[in-house]
Amino acid sequence: MKVLMKGNEALSEAAIRAGATLYFGYPITPQNEVGEYMSRRLPTIPGGAYIQAETEVASINMVYGATSTGRRAMTSSSSPGISLMMEGISYLAGAELPAVIVSIMRGGPGLGNINPEQADYFQAVKGGGHGSYRMPVLAPASVQEMADLTVLAFDLADQYRNPVMVAADGNLGQMMEPVELAESYPKRFDHSSWALTGAKGREGHTITSIYLDADEMETYIHKLYAKYAEIEQRETRHEEYLTEDAEAIIVAYGIVSRVVRSAVEQLRQEGVKAGMVRPITLWPFPKAALRRLADQAKFFLSCEMSMGQMVEDVMLAVNGQRPVYFYGRCGGHVPTPAEIVAEVKKRV
Amino acid sequence: MQKVFERPKSLNEKPFHYCPGCGHGIVHRMLAEAIDELGLHDRTVLISPVGCSVFAYWYFNTDNVQAAHGRAPAVGTGLKRANPDSIVISYQGDGDLASSGTAEIIHAAARGENFTVIFINNAIYGMTGGQMAPTTLVGQTSSTSPYGRDPKFAGHPLHVSELLATLKAPRYIERTSLNNVVNLTRTKRAIKKALDLQQKGEGFTFVEVLAMCPTNWGVDPSEAVDWMESSLMPEYPIGVFRDARPGEAKS
Amino acid sequence: MIAINEDRCKGCSLCVRVCPTHVIEMGKHLNVKGFYPAVYTGGKCTACKACGLICPDICIEIFR
Repeated sequence: MKVLMKGNEALSEAAIRAGATLYFGYPITPQNEVGEYMSRRLPTIPGGAYIQAETEVASINMVYGATSTGRRAMTSSSSPGISLMMEGISYLAGAELPAVIVSIMRGGPGLGNINPEQADYFQAVKGGGHGSYRMPVLAPASVQEMADLTVLAFDLADQYRNPVMVAADGNLGQMMEPVELAESYPKRFDHSSWALTGAKGREGHTITSIYLDADEMETYIHKLYAKYAEIEQRETRHEEYLTEDAEAIIVAYGIVSRVVRSAVEQLRQEGVKAGMVRPITLWPFPKAALRRLADQAKFFLSCEMSMGQMVEDVMLAVNGQRPVYFYGRCGGHVPTPAEIVAEVKKRV
Repeated sequence: MQKVFERPKSLNEKPFHYCPGCGHGIVHRMLAEAIDELGLHDRTVLISPVGCSVFAYWYFNTDNVQAAHGRAPAVGTGLKRANPDSIVISYQGDGDLASSGTAEIIHAAARGENFTVIFINNAIYGMTGGQMAPTTLVGQTSSTSPYGRDPKFAGHPLHVSELLATLKAPRYIERTSLNNVVNLTRTKRAIKKALDLQQKGEGFTFVEVLAMCPTNWGVDPSEAVDWMESSLMPEYPIGVFRDARPGEAKS
Repeated sequence: MIAINEDRCKGCSLCVRVCPTHVIEMGKHLNVKGFYPAVYTGGKCTACKACGLICPDICIEIFR
């Protein structure tokens, strides 16, 4: 049965049904509905806890503590708050702890504004935090995906023992669409080999990210990167729209992909062979798909609500084979189909 | 007929964006009056927080800087150390000071930084939509304590003036309220005293002002003052918590 | 006496609450912002300044 829900609330309910009944977060627009929803639901669930932390720094460290026990826990924030969480995310990755971090992107830099943007792509995908780690980043483009990809985020986090980010923007957080949620998402993973549950009848488990010896550290980093290679191999997700014979390939994610879909349809009506690649995982990035399409395409256009961040990954994937262009808006402006159609026609 | 009351010069004419009955407008005016009366306009730098008063810089025609959430006391430290002749005022709400910026306020106070903090305590978050604050009362509802603040998940409210008064470095700490003419006058006097002590180089000064937030308390402005008297003021007693030289005993 | 800038007024009525001689009342007309503004009745004002002290929007000028 479909229910009309706001993006922020759909992801919250999905998380709860996936067994994430521990939420630690701090208010920041445009994701306050996540915390507020959790504050209503979690106190009524046995074993659930909603904590409004004092800061985002505290929030991510509360997640670090909670997931050390093997339980599912999450936090959410928006751009400036995600910046504050970066040390904690690095710690989670370094200690191989599962966690889900929801980022509802807003205008920046600095305090910026509370409008949607997509300018935290670098922050999400290219580190953000310090050190040698990667973090899977899932990019919903609908309220249904806000729910589904949050569930997937928990599964990936548990399976690979890594923080996973769900990166949306203010539009997706605030919009309301029909969504179908399962009664429950029962898939769970066994963490008994490492979780801190009390060393009764077993050796004590230690959660740390410290490797003082250079050889030890290098070996450990290689181990992490073997994991990341596996994630790249198995968990890359994307969607293609009308790309079979496309000459103009538009690459877009999240809310912009909704607009690009309309632009592609309009271009097709005008006889332009346009198509869209929509990354669903921003990391791992769908390089193989873009490499394949570079054989047939005339050019690529990366369309983002920023000054161009994903465009660099498109360029890396296309590797000089075809021109890669960029079109974007900032400050909260969502590109219109007409703007994108004009950009494509400029290059055709 | 002589005009005996008007807008202070340090405030420009722009109408405040605050809600009807909000305490911010009252304190903005008192702060501007104190700046004018002490002749400090030309040396003043006002730090705006993150919260409803994020745009305080729209209203004060002094120098202004906008700080990240909670960081104002750190920004103030930088300002004052760079230019000791300036008059630095950190204007913060309860999310900014008592939640995000707990580390910054404690350490600025503990270092005895020679600037003034005005702390607006309305026991709730305004700008982000009425979430619980560290100062929210037990049992008080908010958008993140929909069943009333439950000590099991959210503990008990923070009393910042009392906390800071355990430190040896601060020069002056007072809590006042906006509920009636007597306390309005006390608030103005406290703010002016704090700024005067700063200009004399006497150390860290802190004025906590209990203020109304009718919108997020869910009442009209007059009821807000009633609730302030019946619930907020008993929890947060007004008074002077420290009035002594740095390093000396309390008062 | 007092002069209330009715266009700045947000109808919070705190001035009415604190006025000791009850010479302010809430108007029955809407101002340009859509609020019912405070109105000086013209009565016995002592220029105590209570209204000015509490007005959050600096709407009131006071004369003695």
